[in-house]
Formats: sequence, structure tokens, C-alpha cells
Amino acid sequence: MTSLAIEQPVRVISTIVPANVSASRVVVDQISKGFGSVQVLRNVSLEIEKGEFLTLLGPSGCGKSTLLRIIAGLEQQDIGHITIGSRRVDDIRPKGRDVAMVFQSYALYPHMTAAANMALPLRMRRLSKAQRLPLIGRLLPETTKIEAEIANEVSQVAAAIGIDHLLDRKPAHLSGGQRQRVAVGRAMVRHPSVFLMDEPLSSLDAKLRVQMRSEIKDLHRRVGATFVYVTHDQAEAMTMSDRVAVMKDGEILQVASPVEIYAAPANIGVAEFVGSPKINLLPGLAVDRRHININAATIAVNVDMPRGCKATIGIRPEAFQIAPRAEAGALTGITRTVEHMGADLYAHLDVDGLTNPIVVRLFPEAVPNLAPGQRLHLTAQPERILVFDESGVRISSAGIASMRSVR
Amino acid sequence: MSAIHGIPQSIRRIPFLRTRPANETIVGYAFSAPAFLLMLIFLFLPTIAVVVMAFTDWQFGAASFHFVGFSNFLALLGDRSFLKALSNTALYVCLTVPATVGLGLLLALLIEADKSLRAFYQAAHFLPFMATLTAMAVVWEALLHPTVGLVNQVFNDLGLPVANWLRNEQTVLPTLALIGVWQNIGFAMILFAAGLKAIPVDLYDAADIDGVDTTLDRLRTVVLPMLGPTMMFVVILVALRAFEIFDIVKILTNGGPNGASDVLMSTLYRQSFEYMRAGYGAAITVIFLVIATTLTLMQARIFDGRVHY
Repeated sequence: MTSLAIEQPVRVISTIVPANVSASRVVVDQISKGFGSVQVLRNVSLEIEKGEFLTLLGPSGCGKSTLLRIIAGLEQQDIGHITIGSRRVDDIRPKGRDVAMVFQSYALYPHMTAAANMALPLRMRRLSKAQRLPLIGRLLPETTKIEAEIANEVSQVAAAIGIDHLLDRKPAHLSGGQRQRVAVGRAMVRHPSVFLMDEPLSSLDAKLRVQMRSEIKDLHRRVGATFVYVTHDQAEAMTMSDRVAVMKDGEILQVASPVEIYAAPANIGVAEFVGSPKINLLPGLAVDRRHININAATIAVNVDMPRGCKATIGIRPEAFQIAPRAEAGALTGITRTVEHMGADLYAHLDVDGLTNPIVVRLFPEAVPNLAPGQRLHLTAQPERILVFDESGVRISSAGIASMRSVR
Repeated sequence: MSAIHGIPQSIRRIPFLRTRPANETIVGYAFSAPAFLLMLIFLFLPTIAVVVMAFTDWQFGAASFHFVGFSNFLALLGDRSFLKALSNTALYVCLTVPATVGLGLLLALLIEADKSLRAFYQAAHFLPFMATLTAMAVVWEALLHPTVGLVNQVFNDLGLPVANWLRNEQTVLPTLALIGVWQNIGFAMILFAAGLKAIPVDLYDAADIDGVDTTLDRLRTVVLPMLGPTMMFVVILVALRAFEIFDIVKILTNGGPNGASDVLMSTLYRQSFEYMRAGYGAAITVIFLVIATTLTLMQARIFDGRVHY
């Protein structure tokens, strides 16, 4: 029982996973889904490339899990089509879609050993109904041979993900991380062309989560299949994905690489959800083509806006610099709280004329002995300021390279 | 040591309790005393009294009694009416338990499969269990009446053989078993329904993805293994209830005809309260207790291997 608490040391996946893997392109075409009066997905379209690691990121209730379940075939969409590879799979049951799924709860069968859990998908496919019968099945021709093949493949996969010593344990005797690996192993044995993962790390403790993050990324690299990964954790999304699809209220706000999502969010929703602490959003009015008045100051920006237009500017906490004095375009505020994080610190400032305090990330050596009550002057480079129009869409500027179109 | 462990840190800090470990032991016993006392009065003493009584020749209401050793038990072994009652009870249990558990599970699965009107169906099937069997016996008596009973009339019209179900030595026990199943099926169904609700939905989804997508496969891979603990509970409860069968026998057949429906409890009742042989009755009670206890332990042991918790 002591082994329960002990996590296995990180094992880099050493054995090459058998190479009969093919990745599939997944196309989500104008999917809508409602439960009763609640519309969970509104006309969602998404193209996931072959072998891509795509993350569906969003707050709980945004429809990301429902979308994943529709791709898996566990849920039926109201409108729209799903294509996996070259096949339209709308009427195909999950079994036939060539997908595997890892659940947040792991969903291992508690009465089966790890080996039996991993073998089940293969047994269901390769053995006939009669061959799967207890006792009698053993007597039928071929059964023993097929079972041996399955056991062999299971142990190969188990060795590849470092759980070969756990195969005859039941889930109750495995730790959270070990269960997670068994669940991943169960998904891997079939060599599906698409892996679907529904918040697979959120039941793990923080330290293990970081470790499993890189293991799953590593798995993706080796297996080469298409991964669709659902999470509400932006750190997971940013570190693991090739592309991130940010979702909110049943719609996809933006699909782009993690870097682009952060630096060039398509709208206020994305800017607000990604980044911690949250981006500072300051509503204002354009005073001339390159300046926006936000009540506290007039800020120079890098976009062209007609005079009198309503706009919101977004400045990330790390985009601020300290100015020596109250110069033009600088925000002056009184420090309310200081949070020391070690390498950097976060200061919350009350600025005259702004309703909400702003958050600033600073280097401790730049502001030694910063204490509440102290006055700070802050500026930001125009190219680091994001500008959103009245409807919340970001206005692209000369300073930021061409934007990919998003829906 | 264990008594000390049982007491929270905060209590140990109260000065008058802290002086000596012996005091803490006393406090520990003091806390458990009320529960222990109640168990003693209502559980242990009556049981001990019955066991003691089983070794006496006490007549119900008599002023004195003598210890007679095992002679009550020896007499039972030679008592053909008792042995008949014992085998009848065993047969009754074997007839009712599998049917009740199997049909109860089937009902629970069917009701769970389509959520509409679920509450209605559950209540409807639970009704026989709630209703007093004494009152329901009148209905069964009427249904099974050899000439005007609905059962025989329908059987007659369908060309099926008819019988005087409750007065025929061959049919009386199966008929009573049928009534027993009818009564307990809702009870089993409710317990299974609760068990089914406790199965995580993710497991069905995982099974679906793994290729377990026929009803039978799902039953074998997910539902039945996950219902293991519930199953054990239902089987034990239904079996114990079957062993205790008394009211319906007493009302409908009174053990007849010719002892064909005599069961453990009706024999016990007759010996103790009609023949006033309290000592003899107590010996039957002891045998019943031994059977019930063994059954419980045995079932727990058998299922333990297959049940995960």
C-alpha cells in the first residue's frame, strides 16, 4: 500500500511505439448543439490538421467538452458534420470512428487489472462474441492465439509508457498519476489516428500535472497522431499545443498558435481569458488618429482611429515601464498592494480617473522597497498596447504583423 | 493506547481529564456506555435468553423449568414436521431469491433506460412491498380461488391446466413463492436503481469508445461488475426476508395442505404459541439464527472475491 503515494520517476518514453499509426485530419463543419433550451454550441467550425496538437481552451460551460464528445461520437450534434480522415462520421458509432479518448476521471474499469483495462479495446475488436465468453471462449480455435497477441501488444505499450510493472494491479491500487498512464495506455493500444483528451490532467496534483504535461507532449511527438485536447488551464494550452482554439459561450473566438493568441488576441474575450494576471482593459475615446483618451491620461497607440470613436485599450501587466516623472501619456497611480513572486513582482495601483486598479509586473530590482502608498508613473510602448473597437474586436496595427483571419 | 487515540487532542488538554491515562480510559468507556447499554438490552440479552431457553423444557407461562441439555435439538432432528418445514423453507428461498433478484434487476434496467415516467414506474413496482401482505392476501385468495378465481378462469379460457393452487401439495409452495417474488421485486428494483445511479457516466462513455456497444456487452463489462456491492446486498436481504416468510403462509394456507407449505416460522409459531412449548420453539429460533448468520457470512465471503470497493 505504501507504493500508492510514491510516484514513479519520470521515464522518458524509450521504446518506439509500433509504427502502424496514421494521423487523420478532423473537420468540424458548422456544428450546433443544444440541450433543452440551452444552446451549447453555435455554428462552430474548425479544421484540425493531420498530426496536429490542437487545444480547445475556455472557461467551464463554454462547450469545449461537448464539442470533443461530438467528435468522439458520444454526443449527437443537432446540425453540422464531422469528418475524420476522408470519412464523414456523423452516423458512425464511437467504436468505428478510429478515435481514442482519455477522460478526466480516467474512467478505468475498477474490476479489471490495468492489463485487462488496456486489452479491452483490442479484445472487443479482434475477438468474436463467442470467443469473448468466459471459459467456453477459451475452447474455440484461435482464441488463445489472439489473446496472446493482445497481451503482447499491451505489454509493449505498457513498457513504452513505463507502466509494465503495474499491469496486474487494479485501479484502486494505483496512484492518480499511474491511473492516468493506464488510461493513456488504453487509448494507445489501438493506435487510433485521433486522440481525444478531456481535461486529462485536472485531477492530478500541481507538480504531477507539470510532469504529465511534458509526457503527453512527448507522446504526441512519438505517436504522431492528431491530438484534440480540452482544458480550462491556459498553462496547459500554451505549453503543449501547436494551435489553440479559444472558446466562449459556445463559439470559437480565435484559433491560432499560443504565441499569437497571447500577443495578438482577436478580441477582448481572448485577451481577457489568456494571460495571468489578467490584461488591464481601459475604456476610452479616440482624440485623434493615434491617441486615445482614457480619462486618466491620453495614450499614444499604433492604430488609426477616427476621432470620437469609442475604444478599449488593453495593456498586459508586463508591458508597463516605470517613468521617472509624470510625463505626457504616463499613468500615475498609488500602489495599493505588492505581491512578491520571487523573480518578479505584481503591483496593484489605483489610478485617478480609472474605476479599476491596474496590475503591473515589475522587476524587484527596478523598484526596491516598493511599498503600498507609494506613487508610481507608468508608460507603455505604443506597439505593446492592444486596441479594441466598440464591439470588442481588436484593431490590427502596423506594429503587429498580418493577422490570420478568425471566426 | 487505543482509548487514548480515540480522544481528540482538545479533550486531552482539559485539565481534569488529563491527570492520568486511566481517567482517559474511563472517559472512553463512558462515551460508549449508552450505545453499549442499549445494544445489551435490545440485542444481546434477548438473544442470550433465547439460547438459554433452548436448553430448557420451559412451557410458556409456567412458573418453573428444568435444564434438559440438547434434548430439544435432538427431538427436532427426529421431528418430521420440523424437517419438512426446514426443507420447504429452503425450497422457497431457492425459488424466490433468483427470480426476485433477476427480475428486480431487469426492471431497474428497463426503468433506467427510459427516464420518462420513471418515478411512476418505480412507485408502482414498489407498492406491493409497501402494502401490508395481510391485506393483499385477500386479493390473492380471491385471484387463486379454485372456481371463481380470475387465475383459473383465465387459464381455463386459454386451455391451460387449472388447479386448486393453495390446496394442492404440488402447487402450494411455488404459488407462495410467486407471491413472495411479486412482493419483493420492487424492493430489489429500488436498490438496483440506486446502484445504477452510482455508476459513473464516464464508464459508459469509455466503454462506448472501447467498442463495448451492445446491451449485453455493456451489461457484462460495466453494469454487472459495478453493481457487485449492490448485488451482494440485495441477495442477502432478499434471502433473509425469504427465510423469515410467515404472514402469507399463516393467512393463506396455515402450513397446509398436509404440511406442504409449512415453513420454519410457522412451525416456530405453532410450537411456541399454540403448543406453548417455549423451550422447543427457542431451539427452532436458534437454528434459524444459525442459518441466517451462516448465510450472511457465506454470501459475504463468496462475493468478497468478486466485488471491488
